[in-house]
Amino acid sequence: MNNAAFFIMCFVIAGSTGTLGQSQQYKLGRPATPEEIRELDISVAPDGAGLPKGSGTVTQGRHDYQILCANCHGDRGQGVTPYPALVGGRGTLRSKNPVRTVGSYWPYATTVWDYVHRTMPYPRPGSLTPDETYAVTAFILYLNRIVDEKAELNEATLPRVKMPNRDGFVGDPRPDVRTKN
Amino acid sequence: MKKRGLTRRSFLTTASATLGAAAIPSASSQELGAPRRAYGERSPFEKSARFFPESITPASSYSRTPLQDLFGIITPSALHYEVHHSGVPEIDPRSHEVMIHGLVEQPLIFTMEDLHRLPSISRIHFLECAGNSGGEQIGRPAINPQRSHGLLSCSEWTGVPLRILLEQAGLKPGAIWVVAEGADAGRMARSIPLEKALDDVLVAYGQNGEALRPEQGYPVRLIVPGWEGNTNIKWLRRVQVVDQPYMTAYETGHYTDLMPDGTARQFTFVMEAKSVITRPAGDQRLSGTGFYEITGLAWSGRGRITKAEVSTDGGKSWQDAQLNEPILPKALTRFRLPWRWDGKETSLQSRCTDETGYLQPTREELVAVRGLNATDHYNGIKIWYVHTEGSVSRE
Repeated sequence: MNNAAFFIMCFVIAGSTGTLGQSQQYKLGRPATPEEIRELDISVAPDGAGLPKGSGTVTQGRHDYQILCANCHGDRGQGVTPYPALVGGRGTLRSKNPVRTVGSYWPYATTVWDYVHRTMPYPRPGSLTPDETYAVTAFILYLNRIVDEKAELNEATLPRVKMPNRDGFVGDPRPDVRTKN
Repeated sequence: MKKRGLTRRSFLTTASATLGAAAIPSASSQELGAPRRAYGERSPFEKSARFFPESITPASSYSRTPLQDLFGIITPSALHYEVHHSGVPEIDPRSHEVMIHGLVEQPLIFTMEDLHRLPSISRIHFLECAGNSGGEQIGRPAINPQRSHGLLSCSEWTGVPLRILLEQAGLKPGAIWVVAEGADAGRMARSIPLEKALDDVLVAYGQNGEALRPEQGYPVRLIVPGWEGNTNIKWLRRVQVVDQPYMTAYETGHYTDLMPDGTARQFTFVMEAKSVITRPAGDQRLSGTGFYEITGLAWSGRGRITKAEVSTDGGKSWQDAQLNEPILPKALTRFRLPWRWDGKETSLQSRCTDETGYLQPTREELVAVRGLNATDHYNGIKIWYVHTEGSVSRE
């Protein structure tokens, strides 16, 4: 590599480390108001950032689940083909037939809340209130023996739920495959 | 169609009178063709189509590109593969906006008109679903290129670098990821490292010279060059700058590769170097011995393809195939190799090398490391078997 190419490479690397250098302002786009942001921002982080205030119990969730979820996921979360099971699979991840469910595989309880809130029930995505979402999430976690029957989940307790496979993820080591030639 | 003043017969009479006896049309003279049309259609003789199985959830499913029918490197927009989880939304671009917010100095909302006014670029990039050809890994080879590798397409995308939108909003300290979210019913969301967002990610509104197709995210989507298809959020409505990955369902419960020891890999963003012969290939028939041009596609999420090799003898020897220009980073590259079939049973396979020096592995080499429980991000060599009667098949 000649000097010029080396300097270009350094420049490219320096430019891609996540900081913005001098940037041109085009004065396009309008400021987003706090109301506009609140209306659209539904994201939930593993540490609970973004969770709305609300709560739901296993008992309430059992009721809501039977109305909203059981038709596709079965009355005990066993799944009704082609819709996935929500329970089971603990201890199968290194077997020949791993069963990846919320209980056996998903690393964060906040992900369950976020996914239910965004996408469920399947024909009417996004129609659940925060309280319904906390309740259904509580019942699904109860079915997986992750929370007990008396549990109530809210924006403070949900991020503290430790999922069984929380430590089951590793970074991407690729390129990982050795080729002969 | 309204009749014109000049009929065909009178035109012929006039023409022959003008041109003289030598130009008198024969009785089998040509019919006039079809009139113009405002938006072009392919020839009625062309039947190539996307493939998808019947399903009881047609709104959360996929369709595959007919790779064996295509020439060059560009996928016609109408044949671009699709995967969506809540159906294809119909979005009026006049009311669609993209919001940039989170760890920014000034949250901003861009209309489609704003996006069209900002400096844009065009880039040719492949898109590949993380699950493309996953069946090959677990020992269920598919019957033809469409069924084995058809969750793969390549287009010229036009749009505004995401970096420019982030620069307009200004980043705050602590910003290291972004969460991109679609306006589909399920509001698909993925976390992407800020470093990639500032590197080559496009907020794209153009596909092959016209507006995006609805299945590809009309009116605006992310293009995340070289990374698994799911990160290329369609129907983009929001980019939130954040301090951590948000661990959405499609970056935890899905698209994480389960290893034999029970751990799962996360985040497996890059689609590694891969190739497939598209002709002659499974479901096709050689009409006799003699000359055939072997052709196929090679691509790498890490950059340019530097070499494509073909073996016509069961992997005993490899010949360099010709790489057709243009050879672009993170784009499909077309390769070709002349071949004479001697009528004997044999197999055809390709492998490629990218500019990092990475060589596409065999299925066996890949499975030795990753096992059979992960089916995403598979990039093993694909073998087609030629039989004496000329049929080409998966086994």
